[in-house]
Amino acid sequence: MSHLPRYQQYRPRRYIRRMPISWWVHKWVHMRFILRELTSVFVAFYAIMLVCYVRAVRLGPEAYAALLDWLETPLSIALHAVAAVMVLFHSISWFRLAPKAAVIRVGGRILPDGLIVGMNIGAWGFFSLVLAWLILAS
Amino acid sequence: MAQDTITLEVFRYRPEENFESVFQQYDVPLRKDWVILDALNHIKDEIDGTLTYRWSCRMGVCGSCGMMVNGHPVLTCAAFLEAYRPGPIRIEPLANFPVLRDLVVEMEDFMEKLNRVKPWVIRQEEQPVADGEYLQSPAQLAAYKPYSMCINCMLCYSACPVYGLEPSFIGPAAIALAQRYNLDNRDEGNDTRLEILSEDGGVWECTFVGECSEVCPKSVDPAGAIQRYKVTGAMAWWKSFLMPWGKTPDTARASNV
Repeated sequence: MSHLPRYQQYRPRRYIRRMPISWWVHKWVHMRFILRELTSVFVAFYAIMLVCYVRAVRLGPEAYAALLDWLETPLSIALHAVAAVMVLFHSISWFRLAPKAAVIRVGGRILPDGLIVGMNIGAWGFFSLVLAWLILAS
Repeated sequence: MAQDTITLEVFRYRPEENFESVFQQYDVPLRKDWVILDALNHIKDEIDGTLTYRWSCRMGVCGSCGMMVNGHPVLTCAAFLEAYRPGPIRIEPLANFPVLRDLVVEMEDFMEKLNRVKPWVIRQEEQPVADGEYLQSPAQLAAYKPYSMCINCMLCYSACPVYGLEPSFIGPAAIALAQRYNLDNRDEGNDTRLEILSEDGGVWECTFVGECSEVCPKSVDPAGAIQRYKVTGAMAWWKSFLMPWGKTPDTARASNV
């Protein structure tokens, strides 16, 4: 301590611990959180794909056929398979967190967490079926 | 042969000797009825009187003895040695806070944030004493009671990577306590707290890791409080956006009880 001026010798000297950049690899809950955040990239991927579909439709039948051809390539199939798993993980992890944000009272009683998760997943399944019906029926 | 001692690896930081931290090992009796705090008291009394740590009530009420045990924030008065056998048990000061000495952290930042969210009943106008007490029904009490159980032990701050990475974040316990008053029917300070909780460092810093609620020894659920307040804050913003001529809505209670 001798290098410090005398008047500073007994001041509190705090020990600061910095979080390492790899802070999230040690606990599964942190890893799951980072995965949930990273999987949003694949949600963005689907959004970009939707823009590509709209653009192909606007450009005409040839562009649309070219897009369909690309979708059948192994690269595209692999990418979509990975994206589907990631978006599934993303969606389910968020549905599981929904009860924390939504406290719904019915008749003076708070709806149980399981019911809120179930209603979210139910609505998701319902709209998926409606979309599937719209696509397959045409 | 049954194990009769267990090793504690205790974080030591003595600024008058060394600006680096070290881990010091102590063997303590492995008694069934001992919690980690008992083991630390044994070290202090019998082995090494220089060890410094905070404690008070020994029964999970005062919130003083929070430490990192094997990397998890816990109240050491509620963590039995038996649960960690065969050991060793690594004891560190609460993560995300500056260390003053050994296991003692500086809590100034938390105290400042706690004060900033105005955790008290705010009234625009006090009711005259002659009018009697402020009445509250059991349902109105139930609306905020879980958040009132906070003992300010700061375990949630240690579990929160957002606070670790971004110390300007007001943090879980302070926001949960803000909600405790927002949801109190006697309080009229929602708009004041909305400004504090919606600005930089407020609820929008939270990325919902959710660990604060997992480690809370009083089941306060600060993560839930923050997410609910995000809904409240978003609704208040939409109302002010769609109806800029209207009064700022008295938010939390209306939308979030």
